[in-house]
Amino acid sequence: MSKKMPSTPMLDELEKGPWPSFVSGLKRLADTEDKPHGNLMKSLLGQLEHSYQTRKGYWKGGTVGVFGYGAGVIARFSEVASQYPDSSEFHTLRIMPAPGFFYDTKTLRQMCDIWEEHGSGLIALHGQSGDIMFQGCRTDQVQPAWDKLNEMGFDMGGAGAGVRTAASCVGPARCEQACFDTLEAHKTLINDFTDDIHRPSLPYKMKFKFSGCANDCANATQRADVAILGTWKDDMQVNQAEVKAKVKQLGRKEFINQVIRMCPTQALGLNDDDTLDVDNKSCVRCMHCINVCTKALKPGKERGIAILVGGKRTLKIGDLLGTVVVPFMKLETEEDYAALVDLAHRMLDFFADNALEHERTGEMIERIGLANYLEGLDLPLDVNMISQPRTNSYVRTDGWDEEVRKWNETKSSAAE
Amino acid sequence: MSELRRPIECGVPDSKQFMPPVLVRNYGKWAWHDRPQPGVLRHVAEGGDQVFTVKAGTQRQMDIHTIRKLCDIADQFCDGHVRFTIRSSVEFMTPDESKVKPLIDALEAAGFPVGGTGNSVGFISHTQGWLHCDIPGTDASGVVKALMDELVDEFKHEDMPNRVKITTSCCQINCGGQGDIAINVQHTKPPVINHALVSGVCERPAVIARCPVAAIRPALVDGKPSLEVDEKKCVCCGACYPPCPPMQINDPVNSKIAIWVGGKHSSTRSKPMFHKLVAAGLPNNAPRWPEVAEVVKLILRTYKADARPWERMGEWIERIGWPRFFEMTQLPFTKYHVDTWRGGRANLNASAHLHF
Repeated sequence: MSKKMPSTPMLDELEKGPWPSFVSGLKRLADTEDKPHGNLMKSLLGQLEHSYQTRKGYWKGGTVGVFGYGAGVIARFSEVASQYPDSSEFHTLRIMPAPGFFYDTKTLRQMCDIWEEHGSGLIALHGQSGDIMFQGCRTDQVQPAWDKLNEMGFDMGGAGAGVRTAASCVGPARCEQACFDTLEAHKTLINDFTDDIHRPSLPYKMKFKFSGCANDCANATQRADVAILGTWKDDMQVNQAEVKAKVKQLGRKEFINQVIRMCPTQALGLNDDDTLDVDNKSCVRCMHCINVCTKALKPGKERGIAILVGGKRTLKIGDLLGTVVVPFMKLETEEDYAALVDLAHRMLDFFADNALEHERTGEMIERIGLANYLEGLDLPLDVNMISQPRTNSYVRTDGWDEEVRKWNETKSSAAE
Repeated sequence: MSELRRPIECGVPDSKQFMPPVLVRNYGKWAWHDRPQPGVLRHVAEGGDQVFTVKAGTQRQMDIHTIRKLCDIADQFCDGHVRFTIRSSVEFMTPDESKVKPLIDALEAAGFPVGGTGNSVGFISHTQGWLHCDIPGTDASGVVKALMDELVDEFKHEDMPNRVKITTSCCQINCGGQGDIAINVQHTKPPVINHALVSGVCERPAVIARCPVAAIRPALVDGKPSLEVDEKKCVCCGACYPPCPPMQINDPVNSKIAIWVGGKHSSTRSKPMFHKLVAAGLPNNAPRWPEVAEVVKLILRTYKADARPWERMGEWIERIGWPRFFEMTQLPFTKYHVDTWRGGRANLNASAHLHF
C-alpha cells in the first residue's frame, strides 16, 4: 500500500534555484503508487530530512555481497529504521562503466529498468572512483539486480582493500592531445586484475588512473596509487603558419603573455617573423602552449607513458602526490601492453608483500624509500624521478663505487 | 531456493560499442579542437570530419526519470550516444553542426544548464553525504546544489582566468579530491565515545593504529575494555570513526566547514599542487549553507578580477603572494594557517622575499 509523502521542509529548499535538483529526483521516485521504490524513497526522504534537521548521518555499514565476489556492494543499514522502516536497507552496487564513461541509450535505459524493478531508481553517474553507483537496494534484491546487470556485460567495481575501479580521460576517442590510448590501456590493465577487484586481499586499496597527457583530466596524479600519464620524447610538432595566425588573433603582446611567458621552463621564444622558437631540450611536456594553440602545436610523434606512483589524500601520513617511477615507456604494441600489465602486477605484489595494514602505496614508499621500491620492482633509476638530489648528509655511502658501476652499466646498455 | 548464478567476471566492457560512429571512425586521428561558444567543443579530425560536443550539468545523483530524459535527448539529436565526464557532466556529441543549437535549447528546456567548458566554473565534484555515506559530516549533494544555484552563470560562461574546479567532501578523508576551491568538513572536537559499544564493535588495535597522532590508547571503562582519546593530542580528524563507529566524530555544531584553495591535478605549467586552508569555522548550515557560498563567491570574485589569463587559482596566488591574497579577500589569517604537520616547515617562508 502506498504511504504518504513525508514532510521535508528543509529538503524542499533544495528544489529551488536553476541547477538540477537531486531532491526533486528523489521526490519523483517517491511519488509513485505502483512501483516498489515508492515507499522506499518516501522513507529515504524522511531519513534524509531527519539528517538535515539534526545535522547527522544515520547509515552504518555491514556485509552484503553477491555470490562469487567478496566486494562491490556497499552495505547500508539505517540506524533510525524504527522511524523509517521502508529504507532500513539501502545498499549500493558499484558497477564499472566502459572506459571514458561512454554509453548508448539502450544500455542506460536497460540499467534504469533494472533499477526501477530491483532498486530505488537512484543512480549516481558516477562515484568518485568512477563507478556507476546503483544506490538504494534491499538485501534480497542485490543478487537479482546484479544478475541482470552482469548479464548485460557489466561487472562489479572494487571496494575495500583491493584494486579499485579505474578511471580514464576521453583519450584518442575525442582528443588530439592524447599521447596514448587511455581507453585501451584502462581496459587491458584493469581486466587483468578482476580477481583483485572482486576478492580484495591487499593491505589497503590500490587505484589505477589513465590520463592522455600532462593536463591529467582523469585526476590521476593525486588520486591514483598508479597514475599513467601520456607524454612524448621527441620534439613538439609546430605548424608555424598556424602560430602566425594565432599571434595575429591574440595580438603579439597577448601571445607573449599567454604563451611565451607562461612556459614553466622558458623554453619558448617568439621570432621576429612571429614564428615560434622552441627549445625542446628544456621543454617539460607540460601541455600549456599546446592547450592555448590547439591548431598550431601538438605533442611530438614518439609518444608513450610516464608512470607516477603513490598519490593519495590525507589519511594517514598526509597528502602525497604520485612521483615518477617510469619516466617513459612506449605503449603501442601488444608487447608494450604486456610489459605494462606485468609491471602493474609487480607493483601490486610488492605492495601486498610489503605494505603495512591500511597503508597506501605512497605511504609504504615514504617509509621504505623510493630506492628500495625501485629495487624491489627492478626498475632502473632515473634522474627524472627527483626534483633535486638529497640535501641531507645523513646517509651512508659506502656502496658508492658499486652504484656508480651500475649507473654506468645502465647508461652503456641504453646507448647500445 | 534456486541455485545462485556464478558471476561472469568480464571486467570493463569495450568503449567503442557505445561511441558515436564519428568517434570510432576518427579514433586517434583528431587534429585540433576549439570552443565555438561556452558549453560547446568542436573537434576536427585529420581527414576533415568534425564532431560537436555539447556539455551540460546534472545533479549526479540522478533518478531514472532524469536519466531517461537525457536518453530521450540523446536519441533525438545524437543517435543514442552519450558520455559523462569525470566531474559528472553529460556530453552529447554530433557531427551535424545544425543540431547544436536545437540540442542546447532542448537541454536548457529540460533544466540541464549548458556550460562547464574551458575557463568556466565546472560542476562541483562531490561525495555521498547524508544520503548514503556511513561517516558523513554534511550532505555534499546539498552543498553542491545550493552552490551551483549561485554559480550557474559562471558555469554557463567562460569568464574566469582559467578553469575552476571545485570539490566538496563530507569529512577529512576528502573523497571529493583536490580543487581550485575545496569545501570540506573540518571537525573541531574529539570523538564522543560510547564505551558500552566499543569492545563489541571495534577491533581496538586497528583503531589505535589508525590514529595519525597516536592519541588513542586502550582503557578499561566501567570494567569493560574500551578506548580513550588523549584530547590534548587529538587533531579531530575523524580517522578513528570509520573503523569504530562508537567513536562519534560528527557533531551538529562542532563539525564545521573549511575552505581550501589552490589545488590542481594537472602538470600544466606548474607542477600539481595541494589545496591550502584559507577559511574554517564556517557553520554546517543546512539546507543551503549561505556562509559557505559567501566565502566561495568572494574568492572567485577576487580571482576573476585579478588573475591573468590561464592562471589557475593556485598559480595566481603563487604570483601575487599569500599576503596579497589575504589582503584582497579580507579573510582573517590565523595560527591555524601555519602548517604544523610533518614536512610543514617546507610551507614556511625561508627567504627574504617579502610582500608589502
